[in-house]
Amino acid sequence: MSAEPKPKIGVFKFASCDGCQLSLLAAEDELLTVAGKIDIAYFLEATSHIDAGPYDIALVEGSITTPSDALRIRDIRQRSKYLITIGACATAGGIQALRNWADHDEFVRAVYARPEYIETLATSTPIAEHVPVDFELRGCPINRHQLVEVIVSLVAGRRPKTPSHSVCLDCKRRGTVCITVAQGVPCLGPVTQSGCGAICPAYDRGCYGCFGPAKQCNTGSLSQQLLADGTPAPELVQLLRNYNGYAPEFRYESERLAGLNSEVIS
Amino acid sequence: MPMNSTSSVFLARSDLQLLIDRLAEQGFEVIGPTISQAAIVYDRIHSVSELPQGWTDRQAPGEYRLERREDDQLFGYVVGPHSWKRYLFPPLTTLTTADLTTNGWQMRAADDNPPKYAFLGVRACELAAIRVQDKVFLEGAYVDPTYQRRRQNAFIVAVNCTQAASTCFCTSMETGPRCRSGFDLALTELPDGFEVEVGTPAGEALLLQLPTTPIAEQQLTDAEQRRQQAVDQITRKMDTEGIRDLLLTQLNHPRWEEVGQRCLSCTNCTMVCPTCFCSSVEEVADLEGQHSERERRWDSCFNLDFSYVSGGPVRRDIRSRYRQWLTHKLASWIDQFGSSGCVGCGRCITWCPVGIDITEEVAALREVGHDNK
Repeated sequence: MSAEPKPKIGVFKFASCDGCQLSLLAAEDELLTVAGKIDIAYFLEATSHIDAGPYDIALVEGSITTPSDALRIRDIRQRSKYLITIGACATAGGIQALRNWADHDEFVRAVYARPEYIETLATSTPIAEHVPVDFELRGCPINRHQLVEVIVSLVAGRRPKTPSHSVCLDCKRRGTVCITVAQGVPCLGPVTQSGCGAICPAYDRGCYGCFGPAKQCNTGSLSQQLLADGTPAPELVQLLRNYNGYAPEFRYESERLAGLNSEVIS
Repeated sequence: MPMNSTSSVFLARSDLQLLIDRLAEQGFEVIGPTISQAAIVYDRIHSVSELPQGWTDRQAPGEYRLERREDDQLFGYVVGPHSWKRYLFPPLTTLTTADLTTNGWQMRAADDNPPKYAFLGVRACELAAIRVQDKVFLEGAYVDPTYQRRRQNAFIVAVNCTQAASTCFCTSMETGPRCRSGFDLALTELPDGFEVEVGTPAGEALLLQLPTTPIAEQQLTDAEQRRQQAVDQITRKMDTEGIRDLLLTQLNHPRWEEVGQRCLSCTNCTMVCPTCFCSSVEEVADLEGQHSERERRWDSCFNLDFSYVSGGPVRRDIRSRYRQWLTHKLASWIDQFGSSGCVGCGRCITWCPVGIDITEEVAALREVGHDNK
C-alpha cells in the first residue's frame, strides 16, 4: 500500500534548556491530529528512533557555543530543506549569551575542576549567524500554538501566521492596565514581540522580553523614558540582557546604556 | 423624543444601589467604574460598594496614579485606561464560521448573543466618542452588526465631571465636560446624592421606579458650581482652527521625524482611544482543515504589518505611521465621517509610555518657517 510521502521532521538540540522541545511534546494533542501527515524522523527527546535524513523540516533548539556545534549545524543545514529555529537560544543566543559580555576563560576556570577538558567558544550565538535560517520562531519558551501553526502551515504550504506587534497590543486586548504608566514598573512590553499573550503585566510584573524585539522597536526612546522616570541605567541593562539580550535591538541599547558601545546609536 | 433636560430631580446617595438593582432586574448587565491593577477600569458591577469610593486619579503625560480623596465621592475622577468601546466593539469577535461538508464549505454568521449592557458613569467626552463610533459602525451603506447588537440595547447613565485631569481637553474639542445628549440618565454628584437629568423616555421610565425627590434650588446651584469646577480645571488646549487643512498641508513638516524618534509604535494610544476602530480579520482553521472561524481583533495603524500589501508595508517607518494616525484622527476623519475623531479625553497622552502629547504635537505642527513641501 503506497501513501503520499509525508514530510520528515527532525528536532535538533544545541545549547539550551530543552524547554522548547518540551513545548513541542506538550503539544501532543494537536500533534496527534496532524501525526498522520508528518513523519518524526529525528527527535531524541521523544524517541530513540534515528533517521539520518535528509529532512524536510529541521526544528533547531539552542545556540552555538562550541566548535563542534558550529560544525554540526552546518551538517544539519545541508541535510534539511527548511530550517526553523525554535526559541530564544536558537534565534538570539539565549540567556547563555551573557557570556558574550564577560570573560569566558575566567568562567571556565572558576566552574570546572579540569578546564583543559572544556572546549567551548567565547560566545553564544544564534543559529542564523552560522547558517541560513528559513523561519525563526521566538519565545522563551516558544508558544506551542505558534509551533503547531508553523508545522501545520508548512505541511499545508502556506506562510505561518505569527504576529510581530508589541506586547502592549495584547495587554490592551485583554484589558490589562499598563503597569508602567499606572505603577511606574519598568516593562519591555512596548519593544517586545507578542507571542506569550501578555502574561506578566496581567500579574503586575514588567515584561521580560521573552519573545525578543518587536519589529522596528524603539528601544532607545523607551529606555530614555525609563531613565527619566528613575530606573537606574544598570537596572535597565539587566532588564535588556535577559533571554533575548543578544538580539541586536536589545544588545545595542544595553551596550549604549552600559557605555560600552562604540557604535553610534541614533 | 428627548425630554426636557432642564427639569431634574434628586436621588439620595443611599438610593444609588436601587438604580443598579432596577437595571439588573430589567436584564441589564451593569458595567461601571471599579479599581483594578491600580487604576479605575470599567468592569461588571453589582453593588455601589464596588465603585471607587473616595479615590481620584492624577494624570500627566505617560503617568497615571490613584490617590485618596479627602471626601468619599463615588465619581470623583475622570477617565481611565478603558473605554466603553471594549463593550460595544469587543477586542475579539468571531464573525463567521465555516465547515467542510459533503456539499462543500458551509458558511454562516457566528452566534452572537451579547448581554444587554447598562453603562454607569459615562462622561461627556465618552458620550461624544460613542457618537463618533455610531457614525463609523451604524451609518452609511455598511452597518456593523456586532456593534449594532450591543449598541441598540445599551442603557447609558452618564456622569458629569466635577473635576478635570491635566490631560483633559474636551473643551477644545467641544465635547464636554457637560453631558448634553446621548444618555438615558445623567447624574451630577453632590455630597449626599445626585442631581438626575432625564435624556430619554427609557431613562424617565427607570427614574419613575426610584425614590427621587424634587431638587432644591441650593442643590441645583451646588451641582452647577461643581460642574463649573471641571471646566475651570481644564488647562490643556488644542487649537482646532483650520486643523484639517493645516495638517494635510504639513505632511513634510520636520516635526513628524522628531516625534517618530520618540514614538514607540507600541499601539497604546490607539488601543485606549475611545474612537479608534481599526481591526484585522483572520481565518483561523482547525488542524484537520475541516472547520474555520473568521476572527476580528483590535488592530492598529501603528503596526508595521497593518499596512502590508503585496510587496511590503505602505507605511514603513514610525514617522509615517504616527503621521497617519494623527492626520486621520484630526483631519481626514472630518472628510470621512463629518467630525473630528478626537474627543479630547486625553487617554492617548496619559497612556503613552513615553508621554507623547497630541496637543503639543499639533502646536508644533502649527509652527511654520520651514520648507513644508
